[in-house]
Amino acid sequence: MIEAHTLPRLFAGATDRPLSLAHHEEVFQPDGDVANVLEELNASGLIGRGGAGFPTSRKVELLRNQRGHKYVVVNGMEGEPAAHKDFRLLSTNPHLVLDGAEMLASMIGASRIAVCVARDNPTVVHHVEQAIHERARRNLRGPGIDLHTPPWRFVAGEESALVHWLDDNESLPQYRPGRPHILRIGRGPVLVDNAETCANVGLIGRYGAQWFRSLGTDDHPGSVVVSVTGAVQRPSVLEVNLGTPLRAILASAGADTSPQAVLLGGYGGAWLRGDQIDTPYSNDALAAHNLSVGAGIIAVLPRQACGVAEAHRVVRWMAHESARQCGPCAFGLPALAEDLFAVLRGGRDGVVAIARLQERCGVIEGRGACRHPDGVVRFVRSSIDAFAADIDDHLRGAPCAGAQSKQRFLSVPTLEHEEDLIWE
Amino acid sequence: MGVIRRAGMFVLQVNPILCDGFGHCAELAPELVHLDEWGYPIIASDPVPMADVGSYQSARYAERGCPRQALHVAKVATPVPITNVDVRPPTTVSRGRRPL
Ligand code: SF4
Ligand code: SF4
Repeated sequence: MIEAHTLPRLFAGATDRPLSLAHHEEVFQPDGDVANVLEELNASGLIGRGGAGFPTSRKVELLRNQRGHKYVVVNGMEGEPAAHKDFRLLSTNPHLVLDGAEMLASMIGASRIAVCVARDNPTVVHHVEQAIHERARRNLRGPGIDLHTPPWRFVAGEESALVHWLDDNESLPQYRPGRPHILRIGRGPVLVDNAETCANVGLIGRYGAQWFRSLGTDDHPGSVVVSVTGAVQRPSVLEVNLGTPLRAILASAGADTSPQAVLLGGYGGAWLRGDQIDTPYSNDALAAHNLSVGAGIIAVLPRQACGVAEAHRVVRWMAHESARQCGPCAFGLPALAEDLFAVLRGGRDGVVAIARLQERCGVIEGRGACRHPDGVVRFVRSSIDAFAADIDDHLRGAPCAGAQSKQRFLSVPTLEHEEDLIWE
Repeated sequence: MGVIRRAGMFVLQVNPILCDGFGHCAELAPELVHLDEWGYPIIASDPVPMADVGSYQSARYAERGCPRQALHVAKVATPVPITNVDVRPPTTVSRGRRPL
């Protein structure tokens, strides 16, 4: 039995190896006063941990009212290169995630569960495979669990792309004009939830809503798993109480506690200036700065880094990761990257580019099938705001030392084919 | 074209996945669509009243003329009655008594 108010919750009993089913059941013993998981889930106010911040109970309610052969999809794709939380969760305690998925399946009446993990991470795939095997051996009743391993791409983790993969073997987002929109595999409605959300459901199903709400804030209860990268000794994954000041999180991750800026919410997120890091880390407090927790990514940019150069790298990579289905995304994002490069080089081109950048952001926003371009626009706008002084220096032709040095801090995968940026 | 219902509002929606930037829509419905620098349509997302028959007809033309069938005229349910739209010029009203 885990104690009520201490962390870790999701990582309780975690070791280097994934917990076996027997060990898992020993660590997470149900305390027996949960009668109806659905009611507890409604009362818990759990907000999805995948990035969109949608209440899980609303999604479940939506799916309960559907008919047909239903599915639960566990999203462990971890699209963001700066995040490691789903992988970490699935390789420390896959059974907690699977428990949550089974509870969700029984709530909506689903007959199959699909766990999706990127095939680029064979260790995690192996751990999940083992866990599913173990359950099958123990002959647990309930829905069948399958493992699916789509190739890793940024947009492959987007929920409609994931369902598209399961349905049709294409990792491409789908057009969804009216929201909320129910995704389907064949004709069966699908509930997609992030691995961390499932793990939280697994806990709520055991210990109830009241226990769950004992951490976090009223509007954003529970704990969250954050991935801290950038200016840290070692990129780390921590479980924190929602509402902890960001400074405390940075300190416990061993990160730079007087950074230039902190990127929250991943590469489709926005910057928090270094002097604002005493803000509590939860959606309600961050909303004042137009930010959200998102998928729990905290990328720390130290003072010596060049924000413009980092922003350019991220945008160039994000442009490369576009699925290239929609014109405004396929052409617009590379154009944003080019503009940022012009700003980086400075001079007269830079002055033109910065004006064009603002204009292009407005043109691109909201015109893709998925939220990928909107995320990039958000990131670009926030970078222009956060690094306004640096941009001025670049435009005057006197960039800081950080721009000249080759050291970069944000983790961006290397582009295999740079020429891919030029489309067709 | 059939009967045009004049109640409610509509929006012209484009499926960005299907759209290949042929730009016919901007010619067929110039009042609703203009093109961005790459030739893809930018459509205002605000609903247009059905009573604006000209726009509605152009939207229908664009919907039919799109070579990729990427456009769709979506009806928007309006909970409140539209008051600020002149459906017909108020020619008969002037004969009655009007408050000053
Ligand atoms: S907006 Fe971009 S990433 Fe999303 S579906 Fe369209 S092309 Fe793909
Ligand atoms: S006519 Fe159709 S394919 Fe051509 S630009 Fe318009 S919406 Fe796109």
